[in-house]
Amino acid sequence: MIVIGEKISVIAKKVREALGKKDPKPLQELAVAQDKAGAHFIDISIGPAEENGPELMDWAVKVLQEVVEKPLCLDTTNIKAMEAGLKAHNNAWGVPIINSTSNEPERFPMMELAGKYNAKIIALTLGKGSIPADAEDRCGIAAEIMARAMENGVPMENLFLDPLILQLCTMQDQGLQAIRAVKMFQQLNDPPMQTVVGLSNISNGAPKHVRPIINRNFLTMLIYEGLSAAIIDPLDKDMMDTVKTVEVIMGKKMYAHSYLDM
Amino acid sequence: MALVIPKETYSGKIYNVQLGSGAKAVTIGGASALPFLGFEGTFPNRPAVALEVMDIAPDDWPETLKKAIGSAGSNPVQWAKFCQQSGADMVALRLMGTHPDQKNKSPEEAAKIAAEVAAAIDIPLMILGSGHAEKDTQVLQAAAAATRGKNCAIGKAVEENYKTVAAAAMANDHKLIAMSQLDVNLAKQLNILLTQMGFDKERIIMDPMSSALGYGLEYTYSVMERIRLAALLQNDPMMQTPIVCDIGANVWKVKETMASDAEMPEWGGLEDRALAWESVTASAMITAGADMLIMRHPGAAAKAKEVISELMG
Repeated sequence: MIVIGEKISVIAKKVREALGKKDPKPLQELAVAQDKAGAHFIDISIGPAEENGPELMDWAVKVLQEVVEKPLCLDTTNIKAMEAGLKAHNNAWGVPIINSTSNEPERFPMMELAGKYNAKIIALTLGKGSIPADAEDRCGIAAEIMARAMENGVPMENLFLDPLILQLCTMQDQGLQAIRAVKMFQQLNDPPMQTVVGLSNISNGAPKHVRPIINRNFLTMLIYEGLSAAIIDPLDKDMMDTVKTVEVIMGKKMYAHSYLDM
Repeated sequence: MALVIPKETYSGKIYNVQLGSGAKAVTIGGASALPFLGFEGTFPNRPAVALEVMDIAPDDWPETLKKAIGSAGSNPVQWAKFCQQSGADMVALRLMGTHPDQKNKSPEEAAKIAAEVAAAIDIPLMILGSGHAEKDTQVLQAAAAATRGKNCAIGKAVEENYKTVAAAAMANDHKLIAMSQLDVNLAKQLNILLTQMGFDKERIIMDPMSSALGYGLEYTYSVMERIRLAALLQNDPMMQTPIVCDIGANVWKVKETMASDAEMPEWGGLEDRALAWESVTASAMITAGADMLIMRHPGAAAKAKEVISELMG
């Protein structure tokens, strides 16, 4: 499974300060640590960055790729900042991911960028108005997004469908609906569509000591249904051990006594 | 509608491992698809055939072998030169004389012979212990040091002695042969342990433990198939090392390579039968993905090389 390291997020105080001061060191340290821990992509979330978005993303992409030979997952709602990130990205380490588009018209330009820059893109199955009711609802939105991808020349293998993870503590039935959606999304295309989740949303609002337990068990169920990628904390050893163990049980990785060390 | 051949796409690739140096250096590995599926991937290197030499005379080898080797067998250096002249890609020196149940030769004696053999040939050299895990640690340390700079393959590192044997290969810039007993999970585990002690995974050659036709060969090729599937389809870096099959030692211990014409008239003539046994065993291992073979009879090795040439196209 593809691990997208989530640590470099504007939500974290340390990251927010570093982005504000343009101090590369804290960001680079987090990138290197996540790379070593087995992340395949490093997410860089700068938020809306309304003032200096393009310049900030350009800077962030360059300083991160100075220290890690990995593709990045560019995370901003600012279209201009996204384009600046795509331009700055060194594709020698792999194609970047746009995080994200959805079925909301204001996010459509992200899909255009995916076509223009031949980038991978995460698509939240979220439309205008209310949140999706169930897996079927999510599949309907996914089909519209897939059609838009085709219109923009984005090949299906570059599209990661995200079922939109909602919090378990207030919308208990939505966890299972997201799992069903991951299974159903794959059937929308041959070869199967790729899927991704922002995992930790599932435990938002739950007590701190319960959150990792919810996250890990939820991830296990998602991988079992064929999840291709997850935005998670690769520095969380229990989380990574869960990923490795499920992959071994699923026969996707060969067992060896030291499989957790690899 | 035109026929479209279904193709598998692979995410992994076998490492290239170079042995020896100069014009006669040999590179093995590099495959990017299951063996010889040229329409799915590339095979930049031919499987290499090594002929086996010992540090002692081959007194306990079957007559057919002794006849082929002739007087060269009495001297390891002459024997190695004979192998090179016979067209072998490599020489595999097995230091059998160091085994406590054999001549119990000292590590120093073994190292001297290894150095002499290395100096006498210009094709790459493989240096194998006697298979006595404890004694092999001292023998291979000495032999590795004595052949420093020759870019040999040293082995076999096994679960009981891998730290010392790997350290000897590492300290003297050699490649390492790591053997596990017919078990994919143990093979992977040994490679992980070697990597964890700082040994470069791209310098390991994996020995899955071979056998002879009719004596469990199918276990070996099943293990090899699973290793290759993990390496290529699952992109498992611990399984992407080239594979060596040590077949001569197994083939020339079975009845089919030893029973005389008089003893087994219905089996056909001994010499043809014995050579066929080793070359057919080799063919099976080649088609299962062996990157390197250790064989004993020059005639059988020549047949194996013919098979390789035909498969490589």
